[in-house]
Amino acid sequence: MLHIKCPHCGMRSQNEFSYGGDASVKRPELNKEISDEEWDNFVYNRKSLRGKHLELWQHLFGCRQWIKVERDTATHEIFNTYKADEEIS
Amino acid sequence: MTQKFRLENVGLINRDKKLSFKFNGKTYYGYEGDTLASALIANGVHLVGRSFKYHRPRGFFGAGVDEPYAIVQLYRNNETEPNIKATEQELFEGLEAKSVNCWPSVNFDIGAINNFLKIFLPAGFYYKTFMWPKSFWYRVYEPFIRKAAGLGVASTKHDKERYEHKYEYCDLLIAGSGPSGLASAYAAAKNGARVILAEDKPRFGGSLLTSDVNIGNQSGEDWANGIISELKEMPNVVVKNRSQVFGYYDHNMLVMSEKVSDHLPKTKKHHPKQRLWYIRAKEVLISSGSIERPLVFGNNDTPGVMLSSAAKEYLKVYGVLVGKNPLVFTNNDSGYETAIEFKKNGINPIILDSRINPQSEIIDEAINLGIKIKFSYVVVAAQGYKKVSSADIAKISNDKKQLGEIENIKCDCICVSGFWTPTIHLASQSGNKTKFKEEIDAFVPGTSKQNETTLGAANGIFTLGETLKSSFTAGQDLSKKITNKDNKISFPNVVEKISSQHDKFWCVPLPKGKNYKRFLDFQNDVAVSDIEIALKEGYRSIEHVKRYTTLGMATDQGKTSNLNGLQLVSDIENKVVPAVGHTTFRPPYTPISIGAIVGREVGKHSKPTRKSPMHSWHEKNNAVFVDAGVWLRPRYYKQGNENLFEASKREAKNVRTNVGVCDVTTLGKIDIKGPDAAELLNRVYTNAWLKLPVGKARYGVMLREDGIVMDDGTTTRISENHYHMTTTTAQAANVLSHLEYYLQLVWPELNVNVVSTTEQWAGAAIAGPKSRKLLEKLFPNNDVSNEGLPFMGYMESELFGVKARIFRISFSGELAYEVNVESDNGQFMWEKIIELGKEFQVQPYGTEALSTLRIEMGHVAGSELDGRTISYDTSLEGLISKKKDFIGKRSLNREAFTSSDRQKIVGVVPLDKKTSIPEGSHLVKDAQAPLPNKKLGHISASCWSVEYDNPFSLAILKDGKNMIGEKLFVMSPLKNKVIPVEIVSSHYVDPKGERVRS
Repeated sequence: MLHIKCPHCGMRSQNEFSYGGDASVKRPELNKEISDEEWDNFVYNRKSLRGKHLELWQHLFGCRQWIKVERDTATHEIFNTYKADEEIS
Repeated sequence: MTQKFRLENVGLINRDKKLSFKFNGKTYYGYEGDTLASALIANGVHLVGRSFKYHRPRGFFGAGVDEPYAIVQLYRNNETEPNIKATEQELFEGLEAKSVNCWPSVNFDIGAINNFLKIFLPAGFYYKTFMWPKSFWYRVYEPFIRKAAGLGVASTKHDKERYEHKYEYCDLLIAGSGPSGLASAYAAAKNGARVILAEDKPRFGGSLLTSDVNIGNQSGEDWANGIISELKEMPNVVVKNRSQVFGYYDHNMLVMSEKVSDHLPKTKKHHPKQRLWYIRAKEVLISSGSIERPLVFGNNDTPGVMLSSAAKEYLKVYGVLVGKNPLVFTNNDSGYETAIEFKKNGINPIILDSRINPQSEIIDEAINLGIKIKFSYVVVAAQGYKKVSSADIAKISNDKKQLGEIENIKCDCICVSGFWTPTIHLASQSGNKTKFKEEIDAFVPGTSKQNETTLGAANGIFTLGETLKSSFTAGQDLSKKITNKDNKISFPNVVEKISSQHDKFWCVPLPKGKNYKRFLDFQNDVAVSDIEIALKEGYRSIEHVKRYTTLGMATDQGKTSNLNGLQLVSDIENKVVPAVGHTTFRPPYTPISIGAIVGREVGKHSKPTRKSPMHSWHEKNNAVFVDAGVWLRPRYYKQGNENLFEASKREAKNVRTNVGVCDVTTLGKIDIKGPDAAELLNRVYTNAWLKLPVGKARYGVMLREDGIVMDDGTTTRISENHYHMTTTTAQAANVLSHLEYYLQLVWPELNVNVVSTTEQWAGAAIAGPKSRKLLEKLFPNNDVSNEGLPFMGYMESELFGVKARIFRISFSGELAYEVNVESDNGQFMWEKIIELGKEFQVQPYGTEALSTLRIEMGHVAGSELDGRTISYDTSLEGLISKKKDFIGKRSLNREAFTSSDRQKIVGVVPLDKKTSIPEGSHLVKDAQAPLPNKKLGHISASCWSVEYDNPFSLAILKDGKNMIGEKLFVMSPLKNKVIPVEIVSSHYVDPKGERVRS
């Protein structure tokens, strides 16, 4: 079980969180004309990376905040965690 | 019966407490502190089971967790448990155990015929044989294999024992209480670290209990006892025996199984049988020691052939002789230690040492004691069927290839030592890249991936002095990093005998003309010849060889067989062992009971149970409950001898004619506040929300981004910037997360807060033509007329002094209201409704009647919004705004979603107006068409229409829009039904929706 540092609450076990997928995916703006391809990429297409991956988790049984977790998908190493609105350099 | 093999005055057992036990129906005696194995050996019992494949007689091979043979079925306190190692099971008064994998008995086992058929059971036998003919698998092969195989029987009764889970955090977790575990725990504890020290056996001390050493002028055992007593007194230390750390998971989480009560005849009141510890440790010290490696020779599986360390442990810990005429076969000095212990207790062993001329203090001691030693000698084969009776021995050439003349010598046991294998399972599970250490012919931990350090024998260090020194240092250094303290402790003086180099020889060649089975894996009956066949057939990867031959795949996971298997593969392949590599070590290290894994989450505790504040009223009024997610909801209220069908019909009918009341507390409720609340709703729902006035409710449908309907419900504008959203019971949690996702990540600029208020409000739906009259009684000071509170209106009021919210919304299709009060007042509200509703013939109705009412009205619910349907399919397309964007809108112009023959919700009525239609049935054009019959749609929900008194169903049907009036067939192969039906509108009752507005 992973040990995830919630930027709001501190170190917590994985079973307090739920996984939310790739954090780099940006929802297209409302009312904007976009191609089918662009929309499909947003809804369906994901990279399924091996290695460093920025992903979303929600601290469901805690502060209920969505957070960003930088994790290695192969080794499970967690490099850093960020608040939802935090700029990632 | 006397314990003929029990020594006097030797061992750590309690001779004051004699215990009786039964094995295969026969009564024996042992002592408190015995294991089942030691007690059986004390009674001279060596035949305990049959091997897995050939059903050869099996005895005891080890004395602990590595045991491959002595697996028994245990009977304790009217329960039974399979897969119990006799070497681990502590004896208690009244214990009963039976052999497994033998029929009709362990002495006469029919399956042993496999032993004579063994040329037909080579490696991969099952793969090769049971492939054809295909139809034979079900009828012949599988039943036969199932009957022949097996290591016991699981109980079919409900397990009444309690199993607990515990979560713990510590600075250092130390797995194993041998010399390295004790030293590191002591150093770390003295430095103020929070330490958990785990030992799988009942006694602490590991090898110190059996080795002849001196630490700080004390025996090893006394020193261990001293350290343990001191650790137990320290508040920062948890010391646990009977506790096996069996799994090393990510981020330094380890799982430990504590056998709290398995050693007792009966679990004490309020105690669990076992406890599973989930431990998050800052640092892990693995001091799991090593397991002695077998030597491989002919018939080396005969009962009486066992590890020399096991023989020593039986003698020193339990005061039990594994034989009175022992032969010790060794390639290193460990065998001598066992022989010396025999000699000290008046037994005359013979040592066969494969080495040419080894010299050491231990060997000198054996010589001085007058023990007979034969150098360059090996055991060629054990003789005897159910017990060793003699051994064929021979001199071996210096290159270990040629055997001299075979001699036969009498013996009643053969104690083998092929040197030691470090127990690296936990380190390997942690992700540690292990490396091969040439000097000890075994793998040891290499580079750590997590915060883990392996100490002592588990790290390939076999001298006590070095082990203690490095362990003290490790405990000290690691704790210093955490506690910033530096309390130095002095190292004790260690006296031990130094061993000479072991012999790399491990497998005795076959003598000419003999075809003895030489076993590598004792539990799965994998012999040298099986590995040879696998390699001849082209298997190369050790992972493939393992799976093809089943080497190391038994319940002991190859603890005694892995390395010898690797040695053999590398010998044949002419590779070095590290090039062959080892198979993956996976948790659990040793079998863990399912009960412990499940813990308390069984039966009704397998999920939480949520109850509405009116639950006790429902109970008192004969409600029959149904699980709705984690909620318990009344399905119907039983009157007299009514069944579900009759009761739900009565309840639904009463709603249509009078008035009914339904507990709708379980609906998800979300409080939405903020200046941008309307904007959020407008983006989340498919319809328009910006112009909803205060005091009005609106029905809305929300989609996922892929265009599929996610949920529906009403949202009410309570005040300017305050909305009350309802969701379906099932989707409540998902919808909240959904809203939080968009507010926190996608549109953080929206100034809105959402919070679940599901538990804060108790809800009652009051439905039926007389509902307004009842409402007038409940709220005499409010104008609840059609003008005062119109359809989709909202009003705040007081229910006899209690704050209440009234929503004029309807799921039943009747004139209906929903009243919410704070949860604590739920019961009060409910009782008032029942009391004042009497004159209007009010009746409570459950979920079954609720379903009937919504189905015949054509209102969609979870069975239609099943994660596959879009708004069009469920006739909700009218709620899709063309003027604004919303979640999922861009997906709606996907080709499949706009197809002209898209499925749509319809109503279905059987032509005979009598036959009920099973939910999930398929709709087909031609009932006689050959299978697979083309499916046009499926029945999503069925009821008995109380309006028309005939069955009615909803269906999702292809091109449903144009199918009204068509005659089709409903097919349910599951229920063996074919029903001719007519397709009608899904709005079966009150299609214009006049009642809700009346």
